[in-house]
Amino acid sequence: MMKTFAELNFSGRLIAVEGLDGSGKSTQIYLLKRWLEAEGIKVYFSEWNSSELVKSATSKGKKRELLTPTTFSLIHATDFADRYERHLLPLLRAGYVVLCDRYIFTAFARDVTRGCPPDWVRGIYNFAAQPDLTIFFKADLEVSLNRILEGRPKLKFFEAGMDLGLSNDPYESFRIFQGRILEQYMAISGEFDFVVMDANLHVEKQQVLVRKLVGERIDLKKFRRRSPLPLPPAAPHDDKATELEEDSAA
Amino acid sequence: MNTNPGPTNKRRCFYGQGIPGVRLEELTGRLIVVEGADGSGRSTQIARLVDSLETGGHATVQVGLKRSTLVSSELEEAQEGNILSRTTLSLFYATDFADQLENIIVPALKAGFIVLADRYIYTLMARDLVRGMDEKWLKNLYGIAPVPDAVFYLSVEPEELVQRNLSKNATLDYWESGMDLGLSREVFDSFLKYQAAMQSAFKAMQKTYGFDIVDANRSANAVNKELRKKISSVIETD
Repeated sequence: MMKTFAELNFSGRLIAVEGLDGSGKSTQIYLLKRWLEAEGIKVYFSEWNSSELVKSATSKGKKRELLTPTTFSLIHATDFADRYERHLLPLLRAGYVVLCDRYIFTAFARDVTRGCPPDWVRGIYNFAAQPDLTIFFKADLEVSLNRILEGRPKLKFFEAGMDLGLSNDPYESFRIFQGRILEQYMAISGEFDFVVMDANLHVEKQQVLVRKLVGERIDLKKFRRRSPLPLPPAAPHDDKATELEEDSAA
Repeated sequence: MNTNPGPTNKRRCFYGQGIPGVRLEELTGRLIVVEGADGSGRSTQIARLVDSLETGGHATVQVGLKRSTLVSSELEEAQEGNILSRTTLSLFYATDFADQLENIIVPALKAGFIVLADRYIYTLMARDLVRGMDEKWLKNLYGIAPVPDAVFYLSVEPEELVQRNLSKNATLDYWESGMDLGLSREVFDSFLKYQAAMQSAFKAMQKTYGFDIVDANRSANAVNKELRKKISSVIETD
């Protein structure tokens, strides 16, 4: 049984969100982050597939369609390990609330759907501790599919699961692939203590529930900043848009 | 490839669960691994083996560490900055290995080629073991690797390695000296300690993986003669 960061005596806490592309999890974790920041909590946000070092290899692999299930799995594990060892662990030691948009369960669901042996995938990630709270955003499959398909009609190769040869039609392939990932998520939901959120609800309604849940599970006043906040960096708005796009492409 | 027919007597297998979508019985070629430190004569030996095998009518392919299309340049870059932590570097190398395994080794073995690997999972595992990583974790990770038909470890005394490396490059490589481990502030001392630790790791692994330890303190000719003799029996088992 995996131990949580609290059980391992870390002074920080880790909250992960999981769900299919188009489940609305990224919006929810962004709103959660805004709330925690406003409350003066030391908070850090980390996104799946975002390590600078590994990024160029991943995007090359994806663009040239070079990845197999095994290399797809390993390159994402490399990305995760880099963020875990260089950012998450020190921040958690320093008493931060770390928010992760996708965690190792994404690999458990997705790589296994691609045909990697479950024990192998889990073994690779066994250096990572269990989040203190994992929220799974469960939307009806059709709702998630429509959100993605309406917003951005051109599906990327790996995103659509085209490497699996499920269908020659990317849209059909995407539907089958996402359906299978959802099944994998549901199969591990109990084992890893997912709190399942109804992602068909209205955005504001969900956020109220998310904040309530976080407040109940984590004693937030312990994670307040003592020193004043540094001035916010001048972040160009464009960055945000590319990050979101990268996420669903993962 | 009628010079190299049919499946081996020895059943091919993976070290662990293998890679999805690969059928072992299709891998009819031969996989020969040459292991050893920098300066042990690996590349010289492999070049000569390629020569003699091709002259003998065998098709060959070469693979090695950090040669994948997917991550080799990124890995090189990351290593230069020495900014990756242990697990990350380990997984990066595993990705490099897996990419070559699936895109070069497996297709070549299917086509009946002789694949010569300039180092394999053993060097990767030894480096990590010396750095205190979990052996079970490494074994699971490299369970994707097919068991080779022959593995030769070119064993050279650290003192001799120092001489060979210095006469070739006039300097000792940062990583081959294990400078990241802080064994000594001086690269010369660190090299000797690190290479001795690597040799112990290899000798410990030899019990599990049963590779052939070749005394490579000798001349290149003597070593080559021994390798060719041993390889001919691997190739002609059928």
